[in-house]
Amino acid sequence: MAEDLSVKLLHQLRDARKRRKLTWWERTYLPAIAQGLWLTSAHFWRNLFLHIAHRVGLFRRFPASVTVQYPDQMRQTAPRLRTRHRLTQREDGTPRCVGCMMCETVCPAKCIYITPAEHPDPDIEKYAKSFDIDLGKCVYCGFCVEACPEDAIRMDTQRHDIAAYSRDGMWLDMRELLHPGSQQFGEPPKKYAQYSLEEFRQMAKELPPSPPTSGTPPLAGPAVPSTLPPA
Amino acid sequence: MWAEIAIKIGVSAIVLGGVLNFAGMQTWLERKQSALMQDRIGANRAYFTIPLPQWLGGGIVNALLRKLGGLGILNALADVLKLLTKEDIIPAQGDRFLHTLAPLLSVFFALVAFCSIPVGPPVHLFGRDIPLQVADINAGLLFILALASIGTYGVILAGLVSGNNLATLGGLRAASQMLAYEIALGVSLIGIVIWAGTLDIGAIIAKQGGTFLGGWLPAWGVFAQPVGCLVFMTAALAETKRVPFDLPESEPEIIGYFTEYSGMKFGLFFLTDFVEVVLVAALTATLFFGGWQVPYLAPDGFHFPWGAFAPVSHAAYVLLGLASFTVKVLAFIWFFMLIRWTLPRFRYDQLMDLGWKVLFPLSLLNIAITGVLVVAF
Repeated sequence: MAEDLSVKLLHQLRDARKRRKLTWWERTYLPAIAQGLWLTSAHFWRNLFLHIAHRVGLFRRFPASVTVQYPDQMRQTAPRLRTRHRLTQREDGTPRCVGCMMCETVCPAKCIYITPAEHPDPDIEKYAKSFDIDLGKCVYCGFCVEACPEDAIRMDTQRHDIAAYSRDGMWLDMRELLHPGSQQFGEPPKKYAQYSLEEFRQMAKELPPSPPTSGTPPLAGPAVPSTLPPA
Repeated sequence: MWAEIAIKIGVSAIVLGGVLNFAGMQTWLERKQSALMQDRIGANRAYFTIPLPQWLGGGIVNALLRKLGGLGILNALADVLKLLTKEDIIPAQGDRFLHTLAPLLSVFFALVAFCSIPVGPPVHLFGRDIPLQVADINAGLLFILALASIGTYGVILAGLVSGNNLATLGGLRAASQMLAYEIALGVSLIGIVIWAGTLDIGAIIAKQGGTFLGGWLPAWGVFAQPVGCLVFMTAALAETKRVPFDLPESEPEIIGYFTEYSGMKFGLFFLTDFVEVVLVAALTATLFFGGWQVPYLAPDGFHFPWGAFAPVSHAAYVLLGLASFTVKVLAFIWFFMLIRWTLPRFRYDQLMDLGWKVLFPLSLLNIAITGVLVVAF
């Protein structure tokens, strides 16, 4: 009895794995080919119509392609995406960092280098006169953000296009961390550069305020209309 | 005599210029059409600017070029520049002479095949009757099929003289594929030859000038020979060596016959493919879709099936014929491109099965049925 059942189950399994027998008309493959051509040509005519309509300013709400013209148009990323680090500032432009070394200690890649200094304000423990991150080593785990007791380091710049001509170029010095985007491409970073509180205040005045980054995506709306790349 | 030669040269220039332009713009069509089919934008970055000299006020000209670049048209130019400036490598084990000859052979026969295809109605000009056909051959269909077969030699040669085993295998794949589909191609056309009773392409077009179904349906070959048309288009697509029949080349996976080619020689093989697509489109339009004829249009004007008549001048008649042929050829190029970007490549045994076991018997059956019907009616 048990053997019968197992044989029956085996047969069922074998039948289930068999392909459905195609009818004669299906075996000519003509209906499947016609369906495929219908689908692709429908996409073709729809997109052609939309591209032309976009040129004269119609149907802008309907994208004609899914392409994002990357360097010209940034893709919208989720706010919680772990992107390049930045150091948050106090109102006067000095770093919020109190030099507790929590992030440097927790960092699994050992890519954070902090030099703390005594802060004149007795209510503030210390400040970081030098804070460097070697992005060539960073694994983007986000532990430094989790460990920070002062919300002094965040990974919300929405920058992920990290490119450099050398490994040294992937180094983020303190100025770049406090003011993301202030360093030009190819400009050598100032490794272990130390600043006084007064220099931080001066830096915040001289550099333009960095764009609001925390949590806001750089581009609104996923619809990318078909346009020429800007000249 | 000089007038005749001048006329022939003029007609050849029209045909050759048209074919090469259609073939060249297919690189653009290929990029843009595939992009539209796949919801992409496609080539849109290549452009150049022309600096103006100081006495013209300096600055640069880029307004129109920028627009053309945005449409991706200038990519074709960039392709040619790249191919012309690339190093031409001839492998040490290869044969120098034959290695150079193979692409030329391939593109030459593909281009010469166009000479017996009429691109428009005969023109009456200065008391002369000028046919818009380079060579009025009375067995023109046979001529085209023969040249299409010879064109295969270029491909096989390229594989054999490259001194590369993989290229040789690609050449052999090309040979067996061409053999399998050449037969179906030729036999599928016998149906239309029986129906029209001639091998003369001009006469086949003239035969398609009538109407079916009480004057409503133009008497195109596709309505008289639906199976022949399907088999011909499939086999002809295989002749062009493009997806889904691109087993001879298939650059990324199974290495093909032009592996050892670089620079403009490689470009010539690519050009051959595109010229063959134009040839197949022109042949399909000529043999099965009425050639240069416009439905209901006779030399004196439109005879509509509901009895209306609209007279048309001779110049307009010629221009309408040329436009009709161009539109038909473009439509078929578009259609072949659509197939190329929709269907996946065949497996090799499937390819042989389709050629020998499906298309060949089907075309034989088509001949038998056509023969019976032609004799019976």
